[in-house]
Amino acid sequence: MSIGEPVPRLDGPIKVTGAAPYTADLRLPGMLHGVLVTATIPAGKAIAIARNEALAEPGVVHVLTHADMPRPKTAVAGPPFSTSALPLQDDEIRHEGQPIAVVLAETLEAAEAAARKVHVRYAPAPATTPAPAVWSALEGVAAAPRNTGYFFLEPDFAKGDADRNLARASRRVEAVYSQPSRHHNPMEPSAVLAQWDGDMLTVHDSTQHVFGVRQGLAAFFGLPLDSVRVISQHTGGAFGAKGLIYPHETLAAVAAKMLGRPVRIVLSRADMYAVLGYQARIVQKLGLGADDAGVLSAVTHDVVNLTSITDDFIEAATEASKSLYATPSLRLSQRAERANVAMPTAMRAPGEGPGLWALESAMDELAAELGVDPLDLRLANYAETDPATGAPWSSKKLREAYEEGARLFGWRERARTPKREGDWIIAHGMASCLMGTFRFPSNARVRLLRDGGAVVETGTQDIGTGTLTIFPQIAAGVLGLPPDRIELRMGDTRLPEAGPTYGSSSTMGVGAAVLAAAEDVRGRLARLANLPPQEAQIADGCISLAGAAGGIPIERLMDEAGESEIVGAGVFDPSQDASYAKRTFGAVFVEIAVDPELGLLRLRRAVGSYSAGRIVNPRTARAQLLGGIVWGWGMAAMEQSAFEPTLGRFLSKNLAGVAIPVNADIPSDITIHFVDEVDEKAGPIGGKGIGELGATGVAAAVANAVFQATGKRIRDLPLTPEKLIS
Amino acid sequence: MQTFGYGRAANVHQALAEGMAADTAFLAGGTELLNWLRLGITAPARVIDISRLKELEGIERLPNGGLRIGALMRLSDVAQNADVARGYLVLAQAILKSASAQLRNLATIGGNPLQKTRCAYFRAADVLPCNKRQPGSGCTALHGLNDRHAIFGWSEGCVATQPSDPAVALSALDAVYVTEHRDGGRRIEAEDLHRLPGKTPHLETTLREGELIVGIEIPEAAPHSAYLKIRERESYEYATVSAAVALDLEGDRIARARIALGSVAARPWRLREAERALAGAAVHDSTVIREALAVSFAEARALTHNAYKIPLAKAAAARAIRLAAEARP
Amino acid sequence: MFALQVNGRRCEVRIDARTTLLDLLREHLGLTGAKKGCNFGECGACTVHLNGRRVNACMVLAASAEGAKVTTIEGLAKEGRLHPVQQAFIDCDAFQCGFCTPGQVMSATALIGEGHGGSEAEIREWMSGNLCRCASYPQIVAAVEAAARGSGD
Repeated sequence: MSIGEPVPRLDGPIKVTGAAPYTADLRLPGMLHGVLVTATIPAGKAIAIARNEALAEPGVVHVLTHADMPRPKTAVAGPPFSTSALPLQDDEIRHEGQPIAVVLAETLEAAEAAARKVHVRYAPAPATTPAPAVWSALEGVAAAPRNTGYFFLEPDFAKGDADRNLARASRRVEAVYSQPSRHHNPMEPSAVLAQWDGDMLTVHDSTQHVFGVRQGLAAFFGLPLDSVRVISQHTGGAFGAKGLIYPHETLAAVAAKMLGRPVRIVLSRADMYAVLGYQARIVQKLGLGADDAGVLSAVTHDVVNLTSITDDFIEAATEASKSLYATPSLRLSQRAERANVAMPTAMRAPGEGPGLWALESAMDELAAELGVDPLDLRLANYAETDPATGAPWSSKKLREAYEEGARLFGWRERARTPKREGDWIIAHGMASCLMGTFRFPSNARVRLLRDGGAVVETGTQDIGTGTLTIFPQIAAGVLGLPPDRIELRMGDTRLPEAGPTYGSSSTMGVGAAVLAAAEDVRGRLARLANLPPQEAQIADGCISLAGAAGGIPIERLMDEAGESEIVGAGVFDPSQDASYAKRTFGAVFVEIAVDPELGLLRLRRAVGSYSAGRIVNPRTARAQLLGGIVWGWGMAAMEQSAFEPTLGRFLSKNLAGVAIPVNADIPSDITIHFVDEVDEKAGPIGGKGIGELGATGVAAAVANAVFQATGKRIRDLPLTPEKLIS
Repeated sequence: MQTFGYGRAANVHQALAEGMAADTAFLAGGTELLNWLRLGITAPARVIDISRLKELEGIERLPNGGLRIGALMRLSDVAQNADVARGYLVLAQAILKSASAQLRNLATIGGNPLQKTRCAYFRAADVLPCNKRQPGSGCTALHGLNDRHAIFGWSEGCVATQPSDPAVALSALDAVYVTEHRDGGRRIEAEDLHRLPGKTPHLETTLREGELIVGIEIPEAAPHSAYLKIRERESYEYATVSAAVALDLEGDRIARARIALGSVAARPWRLREAERALAGAAVHDSTVIREALAVSFAEARALTHNAYKIPLAKAAAARAIRLAAEARP
Repeated sequence: MFALQVNGRRCEVRIDARTTLLDLLREHLGLTGAKKGCNFGECGACTVHLNGRRVNACMVLAASAEGAKVTTIEGLAKEGRLHPVQQAFIDCDAFQCGFCTPGQVMSATALIGEGHGGSEAEIREWMSGNLCRCASYPQIVAAVEAAARGSGD
């Protein structure tokens, strides 16, 4: 079984039996439990932290505060830390929920009880509160972003005179679209277990980037990288929430060192809304100018997102307008609204996810204004090259994705007027999907063993995306082995350094490194067999010329060479083919039902059709795109982390007060289709990233369908009963 | 959780005796108490486990045609009891729309109506200004994020709603909570179990210290009944608004209507005036139904962010009337 | 000190009155398959069978489970052979990160026993007490449907 085959997940047996270890499952002898105490005001100072009552709780060992927290040994600020304000460095409160103490106790029960007994006296200061989510209010407070490391795209872009073209266009859509702050809500609360052995720090972590955690903690403690080992066997979902170093990770390592005992900190679900990043509120003003045939002459896209007072995180929503449609003129801007809130971060799908909510809603408004089919309007503005730079695409088969998606959905045959079914109105909507794909340098090692099995080693971590299956699958194809003969070792900084698990990057980066390492093994064997490496193939334990039968047994070659294993190394260097514009594309079609009297909105079926390069494993890929569509549904229909302005905090910090989709919300009639495509410019695998693409476009498709159903154009997410009720 | 002593009552008599001690909490299903303990909403010195009291289990038919449900019957068992499923659709539906299958296997029918509000100000892990949580600290929801809060019966001191689905159905069924207390038991009409907030929002029910609900009696069967629950997601979520309706029909005329709304007030909210106006009405006459409901909604008062709940609750009641009329047990 | 039966084995435990069944399993008995996703009965990741019924282990005080029979995900596979629901989860690709999976599997096995595996709509509703943020819901429904069919439900 090799690339392109639907290999069942190799991590199946350990995950369905509960044997797969996650960080919070680990215990070490003498381990202490850490529980965070977080600030209850959004701004000011913690002028006194009374620890006595907490220390009196039986089993409590220590209460760590800024008074005894060490300062970093080397100056560190910015990524890989989640914010440039490191934890417990002073008495300053910058946002509600900021950790101000850690209770360390022999048992979890004692630590939790004592955390409520740490009494903090505050000197509150006036807090900067988010402005109302209306454009006029935001224009006044939004600032040009300062880069402290939390964005990497230019905040402004212009091509031609878009404002003039917009003003002169015969058809115009100008509208403001908004969406509330939302949290990632992975099922696994972040957890860390830190242990020191002399000057050697070992950290078990639920993270998307073991090497980032190593880099940050090594800098904090002034240690060489080799003295810090970060292990992440399985991370229980992340979606961006575990991409950087959050306070508990540093605090566990500090406490473990201070107390000379292993320390485990597992965030409470409430902590997940206080300590971690999230997708902060985004308000977008979008302008489309077109002629009477719907051909765009101008696109303007101005975005304001909320960020913390310490750093500007920029939600690059303008990436959508920058890349989706051909237009002679474009003007894009990104601004930051700073407030006393926790630092935002990337969330599945950043940038294009919010950006397409605005752009694809506006395109639907334009189609309605012109009276043309929304799909035809998109085809009329198809971008043959990158609209911003004119660069060629590494590969793009969006036209095929539109066509095949429309066919699978029955888009062209759909009822143009909404249909009644009892109390429900049935309607349809569509939108384009688009995502940037990122490539990170990665290394891998493949060891072919004498017994015919192989070991794949790469340091990157498992967050559930399917890497535990596709990396062995990629190596298996080269080595002529069934994937289950390949042992995969991952999630450990002692293994070859590889990229993070974010930015839809793993297949292109780490996958390519695994491929190269397996090919290196094959090349080495070929040389032992005196075969030209480029023409060698391995099958059934033998190496031969490609196409030839039989061959030389590998076991014999290794015996003759006196080797117990053949080790190959692979590297992926993202600088290659940098001149091409690389993106993934798609289209999503939805059928929804609205009960306008009761304000109910339900998903009935959906088709997602994607141009995403070569698909390594259609089975795990389907899960990624399907999961993305469900994320899009959540964004459309329910997700929001309500911010309480007078208290300066997220009001509900739990999964009962913050709705995310449940099984009953999601119909089984969701079709995922991939266009047959190989993108050779993206990397040697020919594939691109697919972890986020599915989550784009959905919210707009749903709102467009709601417009068809009810005549209501709702421009503020989510589409809740109060907005839908007639 | 703060430390507490754990004890298990051997019988109701012992439970009632222990329940009189200061700072004592009864543990039945635990699905609420454990969360209160974790959030610090309550910090009892002692927890008396009553979950094994066999005397409080069982469902029996009453001589007058009603049912008596033991207070410790798990929600899942009540919903699948043949008499309930056949004769009290509104209750079975309300239960099956509550929480999840797992929680319904723990939660009891006697404990469920005693759950506290889902007001996020009240439920926070940190103590926020809230008159229920800390009497005298004010109601932040009154001028805050109150889109899920009350439209009936609220006071300046508290705008929270009561979240139990079964309690709404029991109210529409004119159920009676049967209690025991060391000083003697009593019968509490369903509508009288919960208090409106007034100036004492921290007093949520009319139960006395140490008083235990031991059973629930529901009068004659209500085959034409239905429970409608409005929520953003399809399952496992508290109601934005809910409506419980039980109809006595004579042909296609309504002889008697009983309507209770959920998540609109601090107690299940009976629409008494609408019920009276509906007597004799044709069950499919939507104009008459709308006008009858409007009478009861005259006293609805919206907060800053929940005006939508007034038309929504009205629509839910109208729909539930239709569903009850269509119910074929 | 009290005893309960976990996965067919008698366990004697001495614990804090505050300890929940979930923390007893995870921190004292080394059974970490049941996960703590929320600790408030809001996610289902800790689902186990208590006296044959599925419950959220975070909502049960361990002390109140004295004498009870508890089955966790670790007790489901018999003699190294996966339970049909576990196999169906693999066959139908019904998980990604795997964190909610033990709870989903425990819920699904109970669901089939309850007789709620009759239709896709019924399964969706009766599996809704188990959140999955990777959102493998359609695959979970397919797995439960397949396992229910196999069990003759």
